[in-house]
Amino acid sequence: MGNGHTEHKTLVERLQFIDRRIIFVFIGLAVVIPLLFGAVLKEETTPIVQTFFDTIEGLPEGSRVLLSFDYGPTTAPEIQPMVDAIVRQCAHRKSKMYMMALWATGDNLTGETIEKVLKPEFPDYKYGTDYINLGYQTGNQGLIRVLLVDFKMMYAVDASGTDVDSIPMMKNIRNLKNFDLIVSFGGGSPGIKEWVLYAGDPGKIPVGGGCTAVSAPLLYPYYPNQLIGLLGGAKGAAEYENALINAYPEYKGRKMAGMKLMMSQAVSHVVIMFFILFGNILYFIQRSRDKSRSMEAGR
Amino acid sequence: MKICFNKVAALGMVLLLLAVPYSWLAAQAEPDTLIQDTTVTITGQEHLPRPAQFTFVHDSEGDAGGSITLKWTLSPDDGAGENNVTSYNIFRKASGESEFEKIGTVASGLTEYEDATTTDGVAYSYYILTSSDSVGSKSDISAGVVSSAQWFNSKDLDTFIIGIIICFSVIFFIFWAQKGKKLYLRKIAGLEAVDEAIGRATEMGRPILYIPGILDMDDVQTVAGITILGRVAKTIAEYDTKINMPVSRSIVLTTARETIRQAYVAAGRPDAYSDDMVHYLTDEQFGYVAAVDGIMVREKPATCFYIGAFFAESLIFAETGHSIGAIQIAGTAMPAQLPFFVAACDYTLIGEELFAASAYLSGEPKQLGSLKGQDVGKIIAMVVIVLLCALFTVASLTESEAVLSLANTIRGWFSAS
Amino acid sequence: MRRTVPLVITLIVGTVLIVAEFVPHKPFGNLGDKFSMYFDIIAVFAFILGGGNLVRVHITKISRKKADWPFSAVTLAGFALVLAAGLFKIGNPGGIRGDVAVVGSLFNDLYIFIFTPLQASMFALLAFYVGSASYRAFRAKTVEATILLVAAFVILLGRTPFGLWLTGGFTGSWEFLQVPNLANWIMDVPNLAGQRAIMIGIALGVISMSLRIILGVERTYLGQDND
Repeated sequence: MGNGHTEHKTLVERLQFIDRRIIFVFIGLAVVIPLLFGAVLKEETTPIVQTFFDTIEGLPEGSRVLLSFDYGPTTAPEIQPMVDAIVRQCAHRKSKMYMMALWATGDNLTGETIEKVLKPEFPDYKYGTDYINLGYQTGNQGLIRVLLVDFKMMYAVDASGTDVDSIPMMKNIRNLKNFDLIVSFGGGSPGIKEWVLYAGDPGKIPVGGGCTAVSAPLLYPYYPNQLIGLLGGAKGAAEYENALINAYPEYKGRKMAGMKLMMSQAVSHVVIMFFILFGNILYFIQRSRDKSRSMEAGR
Repeated sequence: MKICFNKVAALGMVLLLLAVPYSWLAAQAEPDTLIQDTTVTITGQEHLPRPAQFTFVHDSEGDAGGSITLKWTLSPDDGAGENNVTSYNIFRKASGESEFEKIGTVASGLTEYEDATTTDGVAYSYYILTSSDSVGSKSDISAGVVSSAQWFNSKDLDTFIIGIIICFSVIFFIFWAQKGKKLYLRKIAGLEAVDEAIGRATEMGRPILYIPGILDMDDVQTVAGITILGRVAKTIAEYDTKINMPVSRSIVLTTARETIRQAYVAAGRPDAYSDDMVHYLTDEQFGYVAAVDGIMVREKPATCFYIGAFFAESLIFAETGHSIGAIQIAGTAMPAQLPFFVAACDYTLIGEELFAASAYLSGEPKQLGSLKGQDVGKIIAMVVIVLLCALFTVASLTESEAVLSLANTIRGWFSAS
Repeated sequence: MRRTVPLVITLIVGTVLIVAEFVPHKPFGNLGDKFSMYFDIIAVFAFILGGGNLVRVHITKISRKKADWPFSAVTLAGFALVLAAGLFKIGNPGGIRGDVAVVGSLFNDLYIFIFTPLQASMFALLAFYVGSASYRAFRAKTVEATILLVAAFVILLGRTPFGLWLTGGFTGSWEFLQVPNLANWIMDVPNLAGQRAIMIGIALGVISMSLRIILGVERTYLGQDND
């Protein structure tokens, strides 16, 4: 790419080593144009997402769900749509939501979720009885291991410094086993894998997760025995939104965030496929020319 | 002295590991608790669901105490009969207390609850209220059960046995190789290329960039990255090439400095070492990526090593490295990042090769022996996979319950849950 | 002696932690958690070392007017600003006792308006790099490369509505030939089998490497092998 010799190159040879910035321009347009037009692509829900949805749907009223915000602004465009959809579903199911973060960058995103989704859409949901923001705590997987034994050792106060013993929904919380479901958002480390290894498996607590598309292949092997379900990237989010729309008709016709991303993703896939095809056609033309040239030289 | 230390170490480990099953056997002598028959109390009126009944109320197995496991049979009206069960509510009373208190709710269709809020040494009794909307019927009240800590995590017995077999085989082959037995090791292209890659940088008069991943020293991949650094740095010292190692963790900073310094001492060139070879950037993932990319574009290293734990930054590093025409050698045990490295780098150490690299580069019989020990684990995995495939195939073809249960039992030994 | 003490510490801690994994009773239970907490405490103190190194390296660059020194000035200014905003909780509605990341504080504003877009931009590079890397890597040069190319193509196509549009005609017993189904099959069967094999290999590699370190066979991290 620019570092090879430039003399006597045919057009085919030059195109094979096309300046990568040209590819970048096409991909940029493929992503931006559908977003600008607000195009939406609905996704059918696959079993790995549907079982996740059904698990939350089957939780009795007042069940305790731990939501761990293990991501940052980098992956928020992919992960936030999942968070929003799951928070909405938990609120409809009247589950008690305990929000925390293994990543320092997750703390602000917890606050954003509360301000932008929970408070405006579910005004009856009360802090301290229906949901709580426990904030970020250091310790990575070590934190999970301690929470499995003694929750209040690490979370003696919530994110704003209030003593958790004075918060009604923290009364019967001794350790992670007191939760009916753990949901981790974020495919990095620590993240879903650590929740499975250090909480889900040893404590026999159901764990579900939402992660970026690139991290999803690493986590698929944990489904269905160790993960109740997995949302992988924008597609996973869009599938979950589809399940939510099917179960709660009030969301019908609403352009949800995951669905908006899917059109960009689909178009950029097509662009990449085009370039792969183009590259291979050039490669085969080049190869047949080289062959005929070497045959001529052999004569 | 070295051999003696290893032998004592191995003996100590074996003794400690043997102490575990012994303590487990001792713990098995503890008596079980039986469920007491009590009267059935029914509240409400007609169309009440019939109550669920406890089958098991017992101290939870293999834990550090503080937990009692409850199991019950489904109400005859859960999924059958009147089919009107909505949930099971668990009530608890500690000895000395007068009232039962609700401690949890479980969805219909489920038959197990773990009360993880008990205090060891206190007896607790329970009942289940099988609910249908606002009414419910009570089960028998269980006898008092006391939770306690166990000496062996019996749930992990399978992991323990397999772990022992693999550890013993690794230790065995370390000693076996030490006796001078010949070991075959397949060639790892990425490691064969290390000298050539360093030589190229020397010829071009450009530095070598070494990235040990973005996790701290408590991750074994970073440890592997640092051990490989030890070997690479020695060659770098011998060739008198420059190394630039930006890190994202402070402990990695100190460890890497010490490793490179020792490598320069071993190469007989301690004066050529400088602390500036390793420098800290930031703990923040993408801040680190931006800074490393900047270094790559400005300094144009001839060779880049990416050896350790990587996440989304793998492709960003590898593509930038490619754009500056560097030879790139990567190694990671993050399966999701391997495809990116394979696509964009010249050589990639895949998964276990990363951990084998240090032993491979050292060429020491002891270290190479440990790789042989790993193969025992692989053989176990392969045999079990083939056996289970065969058993499940036979079970589905013959519809034999016996074969199916045998297959499920064996699968249970190798399953996490 | 300088080498033996760390080796003995490694041996004892390594072995005790293995035992603690199987013995939940005191004093073994929770040892793993406690050790990982100790590690974090040490790492926090070590951060001062990292921060100190960063400041020293960049001050040297600026004072000696080395190449690209203005970048160093930007780095130091950013470091000082975020440190001050977080440490003194500048603009925090709750004062010095409030949550550091609360809406309205300077720290939160820096996070939302500078940190977030910068981070997102870096991550977004992936979309472009995936394009350029796949253009280069997916060439049908050999049989293996062709298999890889076809698999990649099927998965890319299967993840778009065009896949179903092109092959939606396959119904009934031919439904498996629909591209989304083929893509799912590739992910669920060959990909998963490969991933699991790699994971088994990694797990064994980790055991073997850990044992080498615990038993003192691998000492490179302590420097070279000569005592």
